[in-house]
Amino acid sequence: MTDKTDFLNGNVACAEGALAAGCRFFAGYPITPSTEVAERMAVRLPKIGGTFIQMEDELASAAAIIGGSWAGARTMTATSGPGFSLMMENIGYAAFTETPIVIVNVQRGGPSTGQPTMAAQGDMLQCRYGSHGDYSVIALSPSSVQEMYDLTVKAFNLADRFRTPVFLMTDETIGHMREKITLHSNVEIVPRRELKEGELPCAPDENGVPGFGTFGMGHNVHITGLTHNEKGYPATDSAEIHEKLVRRQVRKIEDFRNEITDVDIVNPDAELVFISYGAPTRTVRQLIADVPDTYGHLNLRIVWPFPDESLLAFKNAKAFIIPEMNLGQIAKEVRQHTNIPIVVVPKLGGALHTPAELLKAVEIAKTVKKPVTEVCL
Amino acid sequence: MNLEDWYRQDRLPHIYCAGCGNGTILNCTLRAVEELDFKKEETTFVSGIGCSSRASGYTSSDSLHTTHGRALAFATGLKLVKPRQHVIVFTGDGDCSAIGGNHFIHACRRNIDITVICMNNNIYGMTGGQGSPCTPYGAISTTTPYGMQEQPFDLCKLAEAAGANYVARWTSFHVKELTEAIRIGLETPGLSFIEVMAQCPTSFGSKNKMRQVTQMIDMFRENAVLKVKADRDAAKGIQLSPEKFVVGQFVRRKNPPLGVEAAK
Repeated sequence: MTDKTDFLNGNVACAEGALAAGCRFFAGYPITPSTEVAERMAVRLPKIGGTFIQMEDELASAAAIIGGSWAGARTMTATSGPGFSLMMENIGYAAFTETPIVIVNVQRGGPSTGQPTMAAQGDMLQCRYGSHGDYSVIALSPSSVQEMYDLTVKAFNLADRFRTPVFLMTDETIGHMREKITLHSNVEIVPRRELKEGELPCAPDENGVPGFGTFGMGHNVHITGLTHNEKGYPATDSAEIHEKLVRRQVRKIEDFRNEITDVDIVNPDAELVFISYGAPTRTVRQLIADVPDTYGHLNLRIVWPFPDESLLAFKNAKAFIIPEMNLGQIAKEVRQHTNIPIVVVPKLGGALHTPAELLKAVEIAKTVKKPVTEVCL
Repeated sequence: MNLEDWYRQDRLPHIYCAGCGNGTILNCTLRAVEELDFKKEETTFVSGIGCSSRASGYTSSDSLHTTHGRALAFATGLKLVKPRQHVIVFTGDGDCSAIGGNHFIHACRRNIDITVICMNNNIYGMTGGQGSPCTPYGAISTTTPYGMQEQPFDLCKLAEAAGANYVARWTSFHVKELTEAIRIGLETPGLSFIEVMAQCPTSFGSKNKMRQVTQMIDMFRENAVLKVKADRDAAKGIQLSPEKFVVGQFVRRKNPPLGVEAAK
């Protein structure tokens, strides 16, 4: 088999990436602008021995893919902001029970029902902190149709490797735009590690990740969202067990952030550096193509865990310019890792940043001074 | 395999209060599973949150203790990925019909091949005795201190109307009939809903003049009317008095199920 070239929109590319990665169960609830992912899965899954189900709501969709994951399948759902909010309860459950699942959020304007057909990046912090309690997540952010495909494949591999919910935090622009794409005939598949005989179902290996006790394989595991010991049994009144469990689950991701990280670094010697992810990356790339060798660019294909060490690549940086389709959610995270001045370029309403707007931010960035300055356009 | 093998022995004793009916229901369920000679690797227990839902932790095969009200949605995913698996859901009246009401009616509508055992103690036991959608009219709970002012759900009528293939109601007094009903439910393709009236002397009984377990069991025995008798009375125009309730098999039919291997 050879690679196939096609001309698809981002949502369809996402579905195709999931199928290439071996996803065989999709449960979802229609919501603009994510629905083409579900529609493509509804057409394709039954033909290859998989199952598509439209659930009664997003809470049920998240629950069903967790159940499907324990039955041994690679599973996914797709939604947008309001549905994402509804999934938060079961996202926390997936994190705490270490269930690999992939959740696609094609972001639209919020809060509330907001702008269903317009792009936004307003759910970035909800993705990281939306459920209750302390936990860590992995989130990827594609900025092209090709990346929708490639990063969806990667999301499944990360979910199984780290046994955690993995998010594809995309937006309406990328979801609905059409581009030329290469569908690979072979993609790398990293399987989840099956529980070994005699191994306790919630005892970590050297990477901090327990073996997966797939249901029906004779492991006889008990999985609970309550604080549990290494046998998987509830142990809700032990401060020691709770602290050890939560810290281990956070560390299994945070300690491996350099393995997980996925960024593009352009012109690392530049003094003015753009940081972007998703749709705004495209405007930044246009600007850099217009005036080559002028600006630095850090494109985040991964946003959580935040790849803070990549900031160090820009040794001469005098300011970071951060265009986001929100009021500066990832800029807040950047601020935590640097004392270099930051120019936040927020944009709401669905339109992309224009190169002119970024040039205006450049003029401001030239004048900002240390100690720590933060300018919001 | 015998009954004891179906218990996760290293988790016993269970956390249920003295006199609770849930242990009886768990016993009847595992008895039915044992009679059918199910294999552990083909049997999965799923539950939501509450007293009822702790039952999945005491069974020795794979089990999933999920979020409040959503056990049926988790079970749906499990069953669709592995149709060969016998999936049994433990739920309570609040878990199933309050927070889980939407999942419940849609699981029945889909007629997915799952057996649902609802331990109905008419109250929220684990959170300390608040009113539930099944608390009888006028009954006292911590959130209905002047008597419940809402009408209770009839979960069996709801399941039947929504499309379940098998619907039955028994009580923790009717252990033989209950075991038989669960066995039939497990054998019937599609959604089987078995509601079990369970005594809760701690939270329900103590507030409603039935502090003794025997008082609650006696109440079940005296007020349970067999469906055949209720139907006969109804034909004669005799109405069921408010304290009585009907037990027995309400429906057993062969509507197309979801999640059955042959149908996949």
